Amino acid sequence: MKNFLALLVARNKEYYRDKGALAWSFIFPIFIIMAFTFAFSDNQPTIFKIGVLQPTDVNTTADKLPKVLQADYIQQLPFDDLDKALSRIKHHQIDLLFDIQKKQYWINKRSSAGQALEVLLSTDSRQYHKQVIEGKEIRYVDWAMPGVLGMNLMFSALFGVGFVIVRYRKNGVLKRLQATPVTALEFLAAQVISRLCVIITVVTIIYIGCDLFIDFLMIGNYWLLYVIAFLGGFSMISFGLVLTSRTESEELAGGLLNFASFPMLLLSELWFALDSAPNWLIGISQLLPLTHTVQAAREVMINGATLADISHHLWALTFMCIIFLFIASMLFRWYRE
Amino acid sequence: MKAILEVQELCKYYDKTIAVNNISFTVSEGICLGLLGPNGAGKTTTVEMIEGIKEPSSGDILYRGEKRDKTFSQVAGIQFQSTAMFSFLTVKETLKLFHSLYAHTSSIEQLIETCDLHDFIDKYTTKISGGQKQRLLLALALINNPDIVFLDEPTTGLDPQSRRHFWQVIKQIKQQGKTILLTTHYMEEAEYLCDQLLIIDKGQVIAEGSPEHLLKSHFNYNYICLDASLKTQTQLEELGVKFVMGDQIEIYSNNIEFTLQQLIQHNINLNSLRVRSPTLEDLFIKLTGSTLRD
Repeated sequence: MKNFLALLVARNKEYYRDKGALAWSFIFPIFIIMAFTFAFSDNQPTIFKIGVLQPTDVNTTADKLPKVLQADYIQQLPFDDLDKALSRIKHHQIDLLFDIQKKQYWINKRSSAGQALEVLLSTDSRQYHKQVIEGKEIRYVDWAMPGVLGMNLMFSALFGVGFVIVRYRKNGVLKRLQATPVTALEFLAAQVISRLCVIITVVTIIYIGCDLFIDFLMIGNYWLLYVIAFLGGFSMISFGLVLTSRTESEELAGGLLNFASFPMLLLSELWFALDSAPNWLIGISQLLPLTHTVQAAREVMINGATLADISHHLWALTFMCIIFLFIASMLFRWYRE
Repeated sequence: MKAILEVQELCKYYDKTIAVNNISFTVSEGICLGLLGPNGAGKTTTVEMIEGIKEPSSGDILYRGEKRDKTFSQVAGIQFQSTAMFSFLTVKETLKLFHSLYAHTSSIEQLIETCDLHDFIDKYTTKISGGQKQRLLLALALINNPDIVFLDEPTTGLDPQSRRHFWQVIKQIKQQGKTILLTTHYMEEAEYLCDQLLIIDKGQVIAEGSPEHLLKSHFNYNYICLDASLKTQTQLEELGVKFVMGDQIEIYSNNIEFTLQQLIQHNINLNSLRVRSPTLEDLFIKLTGSTLRD
């Protein structure tokens, strides 16, 4: 414990005394906040979105939809879970939900887009049973905010520790530590906790900054959000440690870390949902720590989910923390012979 | 004297390359053992296997008669050939960091005094000079008050004054009864500091013993040195004297007086005459055919 604390203090000092890195840690979030504020200053959707219940195939479903709803400017999203679909319409993430078999539809009475689609539907000769649902609008910015926080967390976790380890290995710091009684676990734990402190601080700053400028939705518990950030950060730092457990080449480390971050950027629902993606792609996304981090944070922020509601995400992240840290400690080399 | 360290049939292979080939030696407690050899001879690999940094391919290393365990790092002080420190930590903070990693330690104030760290104690480790860095690394090697100290080319790159200062510090450490394993390719350093020498080349021990013993056993002559010139070379060839021609002419002589008389009788120009005893460098050239820094 004494060794761990000594290394933790040393790493923290090294971080906050590096004025360039420290400044960037605070400037980067400001850039994100500015870009985000600018990008979402006008968030009017350009098309209508209709959720379609019980689809087996999008095209088949489309054929059965009333023709008035099959226009090019109407996007159809299949759902096999009614609760999930209702949650989407409740939060204005889709404008209308259609159940073909039961010939009924749901609209949110606060949604003007939904009302427009209803007018359109009324021109169809067949009769459909109307269900009304009520709920505050979830703007895209509200939906995307957990993704922004998650993305920052991922980059800080993967690159923040990975490059430090490679630098230490390259310049011989690790070799020097190997000659002391410090164990690999003590050293790695100090790096993980030190970086977690940085991550939590920076994510908090981004959160507060974005909240000041954008006023996004946050229904759930803040402490739960911290638990998600902790587990998400821990799992991704551990993942970074696996990737950089042996190399002393910064170029290779950069390649490996980019290779790991791109799938997460694309598949972890940072900017768009994977609702209409093939099942195998959704399956892959569930193997990524960022997916669970972002989905759990989104459920807390948008739906006010409780600990029990997101426990499956937290278990998945905990499992990944253990697996990645175990693999990292097995693969770890102080220096390359 | 009691052996503190025994190295038995130590080998290290990298794929098909043999870095260390069946090396065995014993280190008595309280001495300074010098490992000499040219670059790539296997000195650092040998020492790093003893330190526990590298795994031997085969062979045994005994510390005080027993195989080393995890506690060896508590009693061994190590100064590597080149090591960076944590960035943005001052010299004093670095000392405190390493101080907290060991169970038994020396006083930081005492180390600052011994290694003369006063002038730059509050500077970042990235802002100190090469000589200051070597003194800090030596202090870190001594921070656990070790019984055995490994110094891997500690004075490489230092100016003569810094090197002399470093030697004084190492002498002090030796006076405290600590055992020192020093790798170097400075002959002067080895002669000044080492009680015993181990000369390594191509991964094997090619000679061992005290500097005096090694020189006596391999040389029964001294050198008479003259400026190199074609005329002198021709005269010596006619005389049948054994010599080598390099930057200067070096005549092997086991009877200086007799050889000088021969040279005078044959009117050889003696204006540049210099007589010297064999050195470890000569020994190494004799044994391997190459210089120590090749």
